[in-house]
Formats: sequence, C-alpha cells, structure tokens
Amino acid sequence: MMMLPDPSVLFAQFLGGLTAAMFLFLIASGLSLIFGVLRVLNFAHGSFYMIGAYLTWQGVQWLAPAPERFWLAVLSAAIAVALLGGLIERLLLRHLYIREELYQLLFTYALVLILADGAKVLWGTQQLSVARPPSLTGSLQVLGATLPIYNLFVILLGPAIALLFWFVLKRTAVGRVVRAAALDREMLSALGANVGWIYTGMFVVGSFLAGLGGALVTPVKSIVPGMDVEIIVEAFIVVVIGGLGSFWGTFLGAVIFGQVLAFGILVVPRFSIFAVSALMAVILIARPWGLLGRPVR
Amino acid sequence: MTVLRRTPWLLIVFVAALCVPWLGSRFYTFLATQITILALFAVSLNLLLGYTGLVSFGHAAYFGIGAYTCAILMKSYGVPFLGAFAAAGVMAASFGLVFGFFCVRLTRIYFAMLTLAFAQIVWAICLKWNDVTGGEQGLPNVPYPELDWLSSLPGFGGLRAGELFYLVALTLAAVCFAVLRRIVQSPFGRMLTVIRDNPERAEFIGVNVRLYELAAFAVAGLFAGLSGALFAIFNRGVFPDFAYWTRSAEALIMTILGGMGHFWGPVVGSLVLVVLNQQITSYTQYWPFVLGTILIVLLFAFPGGILGALHAGRARLPGWRRWPAELKPRDRNHA
Repeated sequence: MMMLPDPSVLFAQFLGGLTAAMFLFLIASGLSLIFGVLRVLNFAHGSFYMIGAYLTWQGVQWLAPAPERFWLAVLSAAIAVALLGGLIERLLLRHLYIREELYQLLFTYALVLILADGAKVLWGTQQLSVARPPSLTGSLQVLGATLPIYNLFVILLGPAIALLFWFVLKRTAVGRVVRAAALDREMLSALGANVGWIYTGMFVVGSFLAGLGGALVTPVKSIVPGMDVEIIVEAFIVVVIGGLGSFWGTFLGAVIFGQVLAFGILVVPRFSIFAVSALMAVILIARPWGLLGRPVR
Repeated sequence: MTVLRRTPWLLIVFVAALCVPWLGSRFYTFLATQITILALFAVSLNLLLGYTGLVSFGHAAYFGIGAYTCAILMKSYGVPFLGAFAAAGVMAASFGLVFGFFCVRLTRIYFAMLTLAFAQIVWAICLKWNDVTGGEQGLPNVPYPELDWLSSLPGFGGLRAGELFYLVALTLAAVCFAVLRRIVQSPFGRMLTVIRDNPERAEFIGVNVRLYELAAFAVAGLFAGLSGALFAIFNRGVFPDFAYWTRSAEALIMTILGGMGHFWGPVVGSLVLVVLNQQITSYTQYWPFVLGTILIVLLFAFPGGILGALHAGRARLPGWRRWPAELKPRDRNHA
C-alpha cells in the first residue's frame, strides 16, 4: 500500500506547479501569439527569454543602490528584448515568410546559436542570480504550505496578463485586426491594412512576453547558459497541449504542464520529463490542434 | 567534358578516402571518421527531407536509439560488432515504424512537432533510465570491435585500432550509401519524389501516400540507427545528448548546407561542417556563433546549398548535362 502523502505536501506541490505554470505561460503565450499570426515556429523564443534574464541581472547591477531597482530592470529588459525581436523581424525574418517552414525554422535556430554565444561573450558562463525585490520578500502560510510572496505575485500575474490579452484581442479594434491577420493575410491587406507592420507588432509583443518571462524568473532560478534550449522545448510542449495559436489553450497547457511535472515528481520522480513529452505526443496523435485549438485548413 | 563525365568519381573518392590512414596523420583519420558517420546520418535524413518532403525535427531519436543499442549490446552483453551493428539498424527501424505510423498522419508543422515529441521521449528515457542507459553519465568505454583479422593483412599491421575502425566504418557507410542510392533511384524512390512534389495528385492516381511515407520514415530511421551505432564506437561512448533536439537540428543544417536537392548534398555538408568546425574552433571557442552566421547567409543567399549553388553556376557552361528533373532543389511557395 502506498502511503498517501500529507495534504499540505500535496498543496505545496500544487502551488509550486502553479508558479512554474505561470512562468511557462508568460513565455509560451508569446510563442503562441507569434505562431497564431505569423505561422512561424520561433525556436529563438527561448533565447529571448534567456536574454531577458541576463539583461535583468545587468540592470540590477547598474542600478545597484536603488531599493526597488528590480522592477525597473525587469521592465527595461523586457522592452529591450522586444526591440531586439522587432529588429530581427524587420530586417531578416520577414524575407522568409514566402519560403517553406523549414527555412524559417532553421533561421530561428541560427538565432538560437548566435544569441547563446552572444550571451556567453557578454556575461560569461558562470551562474548568475538576482535577489527578490524588497517589496515582495517574505512568505505566507496557506493551508500548511509555505508560499513566498513573490510566487504569489507570479501566480496572480499570469491570469492578469491572460485577461488583458483576452480583452485586447476580443474587445478592441486592434485585436480585431490582429485576429483577421491570423485568419487571412491577403484579404486583410486587400482591405487596406498594413499587414507587414501587424506582423512586426505581434513579433514585438511576443518577444516582450519572452523577455518579461526571463526577467521575472531571475529571483527564482539562477541564470545559466543552456536555459534557452531547455525552456523552448517546454514552451513547445505547452503550446502543443493547448493548441498552437490558441491563447486560452496556452494557459490551460501551462497549468497542465506545471501540475504534471509537480505531481509526476511525487509519483515517479525519474520520469516526469518523460511524462510531459509523452503527453505532447499523445495530444498530437489524438488531437493535433490541441485541447482548445481549432483544426486549421 | 565527356572525359570528366565518364570518370568514376565515386570510386576515386572512395579509394582516396580509404588511403587516409596511410597518407594523413591520426588526426585526419579522426576527422574522416567523423565526416563519414555524420554524412550517413545526414543522407538518411535527406531521404525524408529532400526526397519525400517531410521535415523531421526528431531524426536524432533514431541516431540515439542505434547508438545505445550498439553500445549496450557490445559493452554489457559482449555481442560482436557486426551483430550489434545490425541490431542497431533493426531497432532504429522498428522505432521508426512505430513513431512513423503516428507521424505520417500529420502534415507540415504538426509532423515536425510530433517527430520532435518522440525524439524528446527517447532523450528523456536515455537520460533517466539509469540501469540500462547509464543516465546522465551515459555509457563510457564502449569497446572497439575485434579487428585482429584486419591488422594481420599485409600493409595493415602498423595501423592503430582507431584507424582500423575507420576503414570498417568507411566500408560499411559506402555500402549504406550504395543501398540508399539504389532506393532513391528505384520506382519506390521515384514515387517518394512524386509525393514530395504533389501529395494530393499522388493520392488521386491511387498511391497510398501514408504507406510510402511510413516506409521512407522507417528506412531513414534504419540508416540513422546504423550511423548512430558507428558513432557510438567512434566516440567510445554514448550520451543522452545523442538524441537531443539540437542534434536533429545539426543534421538539418548539414543537409541544407550541402544541398538537399542532391543525393550527395548532405555528404558535402557534413564534410564542410566538420572541417570548418575543426578550423574555427582552433581560433575561437565561439563556433556556434560562426555556424549561426553561416546558416543565415546560406538561408538568404544560397537556399539550394553548396551543390545547388555549384549547379546554378555550372548550368551556364555549355556542354554540361542538366541534373535530372527529380533532383531539382524544391521551390514550393505557400505564400
């Protein structure tokens, strides 16, 4: 007979999974937006996340004496990553839209290689870490489990961003144009919209989310080379589970991923990585468009 | 020109490659072994990519399966090399059949994602199944095959184990290349290119597209497994990153670099990549940066790869026969 663990342990595990899920949601939502509109699977998204983390560390170093410097560093890192993404889209990626997916995939993989080495040149290979901001130190006791306030902030930020995007996409004129661009590029440009700039805009927003995810993860995880290729596969799994291009699907996918990983460690510690990859394969086999996505073409 | 065309280039290249252990240093033999094995891996991928039009992002899975099968059989069970080599191919082909069965049901980006998912599963198993695969530490000290019979031949006596293994690997790879070339020139191979160019039309004329794609997938897996088995011995050990997604990406880069429109393109790609890697890493540790830059230049300026660019240049010369239409670099716009 397997002993059922203490409920407070289970709850702590659930909270840990939820925190991880919200970080993943931040990153994967950008990936999903870019895929949904541009139909490009961006391998460099994980690299943007990593650059966001390194820039935050750099910002915190530069702003050393200021007490709440963390927030300024986070914001400027995310904006810098967004600009980098915009520049790449404008100068290079846009010329590959007419080509096959393979070329777009390999282009974003080339960015992975270049950005990973660029980060090594600028910041070296040692582990870096950032302290939690003073305004969010300390922790709460919830149902016997300890929840750091910073994690609570992340758990609340995820749904907040999801709601914000839902509102912008579904309830505003900008969102309508973006949804139209996802559905039919030619028709939209025939109606007079500048589709090129919409694509750039979506790439900037997606990159911003990756940069923000990387920036906010710094107090929780140390910054190391290789965090880019690791996160991108996880983000792929999340968007595939939820449905490529589906926003709420990504949210659901992130929550499922976080919980499978958190509870998988309790049940079969060694195979939790296996479990999430297998989940991705099962979803692709049974429902290629994901849990909440719609079949395309 | 006629003389050039009639020269048996393949034979000359093969014989020249066989002479490397006698002519070059140990280091050149090392490079040549690496090129040979990775070339086989990339050519097996090109059966899917260039001939069938399937973008697999998880080809490293079969490379890894072959490598682990060969290493486990030789190290833990003392199976002789040829047995382990054959078993590696069979194992990789079987996994190719099972995974391929699900993959060929999907198209385009979903196909690529599912191949990636299966490769990640294989990688996770290699990483975590400590008792069998050695986990993160991998399986070091895979033995060299028993090659005493080869060194007892006249002229072979002075060669070291690594050089003898190179000769074996080169010969086996040459046989694999010959078989693959037969396959792509057979009616079966022609049908794959028909499917690549227009799957709907192939379906209309009564071709079982999925069955053909599945067969191509399994054959590609088979040869990837064989190359993995050779690599396990060459590398003197197997490690989980053999099946990691970045290795699949490397194989794609080799194929694109050489030119996926030509049978020998991936071979040229692996040759150029291994030599460049060796040259550049002696100057700087930032090889990935250089590789990424090369890749971007390639994608924008030479989408047909090295052989594609050579062909485009050569087509302007009079007297050169054009390459057969079925080997033309693909140009399918979906805009």
